[in-house]
Amino acid sequence: MTLALIAALPFLGALLPGLLIRAGRTACATVTGSVTALALALLALQAPAVLRGEVVQTRIEWLPSLGLNANFMLDGLGLLFAGLILGIGLLIILYARFYLSKSDPMGVFYTYLMLFQGAMVGIVLSDNILLLLIFWELTSLSSFLLIGYWKHLPEGRQGARMALAVTGSGGLAMIAGMLILGNIAGSYDLSVILTQKVVIQASGWYLPALILILLGAFTKSAQFPFHFWLPHAMAAPTPVSAYLHSATMVKAGIFLMARMWPVLAGTPEWFWIVTSAGLITMVIGAKIAFFKDDLKALLAFSTVSHLGLITMLLGLGTAKAATVAIFHIINHATFKAALFMSAGIVDHEAHTRDLRRLGGLRHLMPVTFTIAGIAALSMAGIPPFNGFLSKEMMLEEAAHTALGPDWLLPVLATIGALFSVAYSFRFLAHGFLGPVRDDYPHKPHDPGFGLWAAPALLATLVVIIGLAPMASAAWLVDAAASAVTGTAQEVHIKHWHGLYSPALWMSIAAVGGGFAMLAAFPRLRAMWDGTPRPEAKAIFDAIVEPLAAGARALTQALHNGSLTRAIAIATIAITATALWAFNSGTHSPGTREMLAITPVTAIAWGLLMFATLGVALIHRNRLLSLILIGIIGLIISLGFAWLSAPDLALTQITVEVVTVVFMLLALNFLPKETPRESSPVRRIRDAVIAIGAGAGIAGLAYAIMTRNFAFPSISAYHLEQSKPGAGGTNAVNTIIVDFRGYDTFGEIIVLGIAALLIYALAEALLKPGPANDALRAMAATRTGLAGDRHPLLMVMATRFILPVAMMIGVFIFLRGHNLPGGGFVAGLVFAIATVMQYMASGLGWTEARQRIDHHALIGAGVLTAAAAGVGSWLFGAPFLASSYTYVHLWPLEEFELATAAIFDLGVFLCVLGAVLLALNSLSRLARRAGETVSADPYSVDRPEGGN
Amino acid sequence: MMSHWIIAPVVLPAILAPLIVLVMRNDLTLQRIFGLAGTVALGAIAAALLIAASHNPPEAYLLGNWPAPFGIVLVLDRLSAMMLMLTAILALGVQLYVISTDWDARGRHFHALFLFQLMGLNGAFLTGDAFNLFVFFEVLLIASYGLMIHGAGKDRLRAGVQYIGFNLVASTLFLFALATVYAVTGTLNMADIAVKVAALPEGDAALIRAAAVLMLSVFAIKGALVPLQFWLPGTYANAPGPVAALFAIMTKVGAYAILRSSTLFFTPDSPAIGSMIGDLMLPAALVTLAIGAVGVLGATTLQRLAAFAGIASMGTIFTAFSAFTPAATSAALYYLIHSTLATAALFLIADLVTDRRGSARLDARPRIAQQGLIAGLFFVGAIALAGMPPLSGFIGKLLVLDAMRGDAPLIWTVVLLSSLLLILGFARAGSVLFWKSHATGEAPEPGHASEPLAFISVGALLAALVALTIFAGPVKDWLDLTATALHQPAGYIAANQLPWVN
Repeated sequence: MTLALIAALPFLGALLPGLLIRAGRTACATVTGSVTALALALLALQAPAVLRGEVVQTRIEWLPSLGLNANFMLDGLGLLFAGLILGIGLLIILYARFYLSKSDPMGVFYTYLMLFQGAMVGIVLSDNILLLLIFWELTSLSSFLLIGYWKHLPEGRQGARMALAVTGSGGLAMIAGMLILGNIAGSYDLSVILTQKVVIQASGWYLPALILILLGAFTKSAQFPFHFWLPHAMAAPTPVSAYLHSATMVKAGIFLMARMWPVLAGTPEWFWIVTSAGLITMVIGAKIAFFKDDLKALLAFSTVSHLGLITMLLGLGTAKAATVAIFHIINHATFKAALFMSAGIVDHEAHTRDLRRLGGLRHLMPVTFTIAGIAALSMAGIPPFNGFLSKEMMLEEAAHTALGPDWLLPVLATIGALFSVAYSFRFLAHGFLGPVRDDYPHKPHDPGFGLWAAPALLATLVVIIGLAPMASAAWLVDAAASAVTGTAQEVHIKHWHGLYSPALWMSIAAVGGGFAMLAAFPRLRAMWDGTPRPEAKAIFDAIVEPLAAGARALTQALHNGSLTRAIAIATIAITATALWAFNSGTHSPGTREMLAITPVTAIAWGLLMFATLGVALIHRNRLLSLILIGIIGLIISLGFAWLSAPDLALTQITVEVVTVVFMLLALNFLPKETPRESSPVRRIRDAVIAIGAGAGIAGLAYAIMTRNFAFPSISAYHLEQSKPGAGGTNAVNTIIVDFRGYDTFGEIIVLGIAALLIYALAEALLKPGPANDALRAMAATRTGLAGDRHPLLMVMATRFILPVAMMIGVFIFLRGHNLPGGGFVAGLVFAIATVMQYMASGLGWTEARQRIDHHALIGAGVLTAAAAGVGSWLFGAPFLASSYTYVHLWPLEEFELATAAIFDLGVFLCVLGAVLLALNSLSRLARRAGETVSADPYSVDRPEGGN
Repeated sequence: MMSHWIIAPVVLPAILAPLIVLVMRNDLTLQRIFGLAGTVALGAIAAALLIAASHNPPEAYLLGNWPAPFGIVLVLDRLSAMMLMLTAILALGVQLYVISTDWDARGRHFHALFLFQLMGLNGAFLTGDAFNLFVFFEVLLIASYGLMIHGAGKDRLRAGVQYIGFNLVASTLFLFALATVYAVTGTLNMADIAVKVAALPEGDAALIRAAAVLMLSVFAIKGALVPLQFWLPGTYANAPGPVAALFAIMTKVGAYAILRSSTLFFTPDSPAIGSMIGDLMLPAALVTLAIGAVGVLGATTLQRLAAFAGIASMGTIFTAFSAFTPAATSAALYYLIHSTLATAALFLIADLVTDRRGSARLDARPRIAQQGLIAGLFFVGAIALAGMPPLSGFIGKLLVLDAMRGDAPLIWTVVLLSSLLLILGFARAGSVLFWKSHATGEAPEPGHASEPLAFISVGALLAALVALTIFAGPVKDWLDLTATALHQPAGYIAANQLPWVN
């Protein structure tokens, strides 16, 4: 469990600083540091076993079916990296405590830092490549937060986004690569994969996997051509740069290559890709670094260059080169972190990092100068510091390897080293040497101990490793190199390789050339400034900005909110797909006999066609189209009656009446004519689409109606069981209230909700606001109204009709179970009877006489229906199970009592309430629109001025 | 003894909602208490049903005591129980948010509509009858329309017309599809349709194929599958924030219905259907994913960004569905749970932001109240929806990629490139919203009600994602069994006790 705990500690610790900042900055830093120190101590406890050559493992099942498990392992490589991450992390925490100003939110900073630390530790301890991916992407995310820490700086925000885009996309490529790798190896556990070299390298998927994984590694480690993001990430506070870009994040890619070395390395593909990328990166990075004026930018490109060096060594594919790579990882981490921190101190004290504005700091900041001097000399590869040792070994390796022509690799390596000397010296010479100036933005002096303690410690390490490499570092290099190569390695680090060592001469050439370059700096600089070169940020922006703009344009163009277009596309797509599906299946035409066409049906059909076409043609005249829609409804009702469906006919006709009344009320608020909105071309287009889809539906209907069921349909059962099972001879009604009463239950709720909605909408319109103003304004514009809005004859007639209509409603309700009728129709009949009162006598008059609220009717209706359903539970039967019995009550004839009638009553109430609430809501709008009403009995109100 | 609990998720809101309309319509506090109590009770019922479904084979509930296929049946199986549970969790989070932010006071009947909406959802997940599915689609459509235009406002009403208009087209299409299915098979019971389609005479193949396309198109409209997704961004972006959050489950109703129909009766095993559905779905799904990801990068408002992220997640789900293997289905279900909660959380966060900024546009404005906390929530939500580690989105994506190995080059490329677009889009949005505000130099906006409950509800949804991540192993095992059962629907059919199936 220890390994999991080591990985988890920074995450757990990430919670603390955010809280403890309330206890003060020192408390915050101390706690954060303690957590890291604890993790480091736990790691140290494991070290002896690892150094003995054991591999410590922790296995926790997480998602075994995928092969994603929280398996951790610690070997020499993991120990080295975890040690670097936690050790330098501890120093960074100390440094940041004194670096951040009072206005910087320190708690947040430490929280981000710990998240990052945890992610990094997780990467190096993972024994499962899927788990590794998780930590990998976490480093991208947490570094995004760290780089963008100074939110107010645009460079910070852009740098963070660029880093996330580049490393994030590399991470995505790596996901694919790792999945392929896991598939080849048959496991996602590293300890298994690392044993599968032969299988993996023989697989046809080796190259794709290699490329995808390397994409991840190269983007993370800023290898050419992905090196451009790193300098832009320097907008972060210096502690972040020192941490991310010396010891950790950028080394994650290196770590991955080292981790995968046993199975991926050793092939020509690996050699060519990795070595050349490393070499190019080393030279290009070093060259750019030399010309950078910003201390951190210089260091950033030098990091790029050194990472290239390490990559190149790993690419060579020999155990010896890999060992050198490991040694250089250690050395680079020490001197580069110290350099970044020194640069941060300079920035902190002088308020600038621009080499053109610096110089002479040697006298003002002797301590900083000492530290930076040691570290920079090490970076330049000057003896006796540790950078010298690994550089010599690197040159030695380069001298013995051929990449294309024999001379190419040694020459390029030497050039890289030469540039390295040049920029290291420039860092020192232009920053610290020379005369003291009097134009610094801020008079610099050495900072307090807290700020220089961490880099000083690192500089000490640079010296110790440089002087006594075998005692201080070789054991760690051996352990890590053994882990990387899979075979025991024993490194012999020495300062003097003898006069016949090519490395010596290459080194001398590099140092000499470096000095020469520095001497020629002004002229070289002029040349450099004169040469056009691609600016990484510009290129990146040129890709990402148009991408985002294109995405916006595409999205806006596609989803512009046009309903007609959306429906047109959907219609075309669905019609075409359905047609394709139909045509790709076997179809045998139906065999049903056709009915003869009688004159009546022909006339009805003709009317239906006429009205339908009419609506399409004159739809802009709303009133006329409403009348035509009424004709369509009537013909359909007749059709139902003719096809022996009286129930449907009855329902359809009442629904038609209510609908038309609704529409008339709504038309009240709409212009008489719809404006012409589409061009003729567009209307032709729409017509083609509509006719096509309509033809498809017609064809479907024809196919359906001319064929018989492939299997006996369920309707036979309904007809057979209507009387004995459901207690009614009207199968339509028994289906509605019994066989499929649950559907009806749902539908009355739909109706009820619709009414509530209309009410809620009307309420919204009646609230003071623009819509309400528009309604009010309408009143003024009304002309041509009939003088007599409530004709006396109609008023009187409807009042007589009311009780009659209600009697009919009751009759229809009661007979429903056996003959056409039922609660739905009855509700509509009642509603129509009431609506007539509205129309004849006006809203106010009717409302004044209405004692039951419409909401209540709806609620009561649904509840009654539900009660009928739930009631059957009392008898141990399922929801909506019905029962009936026959009752004999003198003087009536024997009649039937069915529980379904209770359900039907619910339907009745809900329908009635819903229709009335909806109409009422619309009428209230009319009232708001300026109509006057009178609530007196038998009075007739008149429009204003219409005497 | 048949358990009446199966129908409780429908009956409870069906009683509670009219009660609220009947007696509490003028008292918001009462509505809140009873609405919340209803949602909590639904959660408890769903949990009980989930446990029951995990241990028992699918169970049918015969409404009106009519035997299948003549009456309507509800069927509780693992999938329907899972959807019920997911709905309840989501609903609780959203409702708490609504109450905390007073969204329910901005119009009438919020809680009644909310409960009706839950009733519609639960009914759709439970029903074993094709026509009844239509009925519950109507219930949820009308209730969702009510919720969508809650609080009114010009843009919202306009978007509402689009929503209802487009979905009424879908409803009509559903009827065509049902008519065709009935005309061919003579039945409406889903299990019975499954039996009949499997044994269909060859000459009926063309019609049932057309019916399948029509019906799945309806579900695809709900699920926002390209090219039927055009209604979604406007609707979701203009709906009240918490309603949009609840709508995260609405697209999943489409996904559920597609999964149910294409594993139960329009299965690749039936000779008439064959591989048609998968062949059609895969390209559409990949384009959906891409369109969603592009939309996230190109979104102009936070709400639209969330809506497109939702579309992208539907693309991922449908991509996995199209494989019709238990492994891919199980991965899709995992992703479905994840994306429902994540999308909802993002919509709630978007509402928090919009409410404080006074604008939904993604532009630089002064700092807002509680910016740090909201930015943190956004960061977590963005990680979840972009499918970045360590949250369930990443695991879900890995599961989908792993399950879709067969077509790896194409599918992996689309999924991973879309992820990149999502990352870029979320990073841009977050940077503009929460970082650039520091650069405006203006003073932060004056204080805003702290609304602790709203933050708790968002936090709870995100915490659910964390739980989904940590317990990915057991959840996935459970889903594997669910997916296997879906692809072997004998148990589902047996529960219906059809007279001609022994």
